[in-house]
Amino acid sequence: MSTVEIRNLHKSFGKLEVLKGIDFTVESGQVVCVIGPSGSGKSTLLRCVNLLEQPTSGTVVVDGIDLTDPDADIDAARRHIGMVFQQFNLFPHLTVRRNVTIAQERVLKRSKGECDHVARENLEKVGLIDKIAAYPPQLSGGQQQRVAIARALAMNPSLMLFDEPTSALDPELVGDVLSVMRKLAEDGMTMLVVTHEMGFAREVADRVVFMDGGVIVEDGPPEQVIADPQHERTREFLSRVLHPGV
Amino acid sequence: MSAVSEQQATTPTEPRKGLSPRKKQRISRSVQYAVLLVIVVVLAALADWGAIRESFLNLDVAGKGLPELFTVALRNTVIYTLSGFALGFVVGLVLALMRLSTVAPYRWISAIYIEIFRGLPILLIFLMIGSLPLAFPGFELPGGVYGSAALGLGVVSAAYMAENFRAGIQAVPKGQMEAARSLGMPHMRAMVSIVIPQAIRIVLPPLTNQLVSLLKDSSLVLMLGVTASQVELAKFGNDQSSTFANPTPILATGLTYLLITIPLGYVARRLEARQGAGR
Repeated sequence: MSTVEIRNLHKSFGKLEVLKGIDFTVESGQVVCVIGPSGSGKSTLLRCVNLLEQPTSGTVVVDGIDLTDPDADIDAARRHIGMVFQQFNLFPHLTVRRNVTIAQERVLKRSKGECDHVARENLEKVGLIDKIAAYPPQLSGGQQQRVAIARALAMNPSLMLFDEPTSALDPELVGDVLSVMRKLAEDGMTMLVVTHEMGFAREVADRVVFMDGGVIVEDGPPEQVIADPQHERTREFLSRVLHPGV
Repeated sequence: MSAVSEQQATTPTEPRKGLSPRKKQRISRSVQYAVLLVIVVVLAALADWGAIRESFLNLDVAGKGLPELFTVALRNTVIYTLSGFALGFVVGLVLALMRLSTVAPYRWISAIYIEIFRGLPILLIFLMIGSLPLAFPGFELPGGVYGSAALGLGVVSAAYMAENFRAGIQAVPKGQMEAARSLGMPHMRAMVSIVIPQAIRIVLPPLTNQLVSLLKDSSLVLMLGVTASQVELAKFGNDQSSTFANPTPILATGLTYLLITIPLGYVARRLEARQGAGR
């Protein structure tokens, strides 16, 4: 069963049409990387999947629920869709522990003990159990992003969205975040990742989607899209990304 | 060294006319000191020191105001201020949320309220509260003067605090709301648990200043007509000074206000500085 099914998705901001008819699916357990130049609409597409952006038209079906249906319970659907942001967006006034437990407690109504158990489990998974009492501003960018991943995982999502998770990080901190994401992929998590990390896309992704100008130009396994692109625009983009300055 | 550089600077061009800038500065500063000294000497010579000690620093009269100055007057001032602040805080927060609502009439109501109550003197508000029973016969505010004082100070400070809260909520990055929503929190839950706690931290300095001005405005409670047990600092000082025909109690109440306002102002500046450093 497909986890994500998007049909003829359009999104405009005022007169600016950012998504011009997107069709694509993510199968359960797949890792799909979305690449493309800035302004191509890839982040907007990702934000339409959990309706942080309201699509102008088209349908977005996640786990069999049509989120574009006006009667759909968006809050309920979002509980199962984890999201990791470029700027981490941890809650700076709360400790790491509270960041990971607050939604479990307030949204899933789990008991205090269970919240704590799940928080520890996921902080261990991202290697930051020793930072459980720290506040986000005391952590490095890479550590904050790993806490953000733990926060999303604590909700037991069936799908994880990553919006350029390493773009705001110092280069030496990127590796830690990518290795957490790689482990997640190996564990069978369904992942939709907007990224500029071509190495990660090539090694981890089951499929790579290349977007440009609000449409999907190319969609296929990484060995095809990255190693042997069929379209001129894809080739041009990849040569710029893979050989910068040439 | 300065002589050399001065020479180097002046010799190539035309010879300097009049005084050097540094000398001018020195003369100007001497004149300022001299003016200050003259004013102090003249004032000291004109003042009647014996009368000042007798009228303003009369410890006998000041002692007669104790302990009521603190146990009644200061206590009531603090009660009026804090109850007005508490009401203003709650109503102000609600007004700020209405101001940011997607429901247009809520925005209008909040905007109109803020404009009206920021534009009226508190004195006038107290006079109107006194007339409320005319509009609603038999109506009586719970708490008597205490209730009326809280209402008067509350409705006005709510207008100011609403603007503070609105600015604070808008200063919380958009990503905070998005992260909370992405975890499945409904809008109101995210506001209460994530956005508002951060907004309150941001507006702590202006809120502290609001508390200071409310403390001073609480002196207008005397317009409500208070009994001896309900008296606050300013009226207490005024009453005592008429009783003893001596202005010392007014000076004493002034010092009592400063006892609170100066530390509070200091706290506000510290909070502001800490926030500036945290960014």
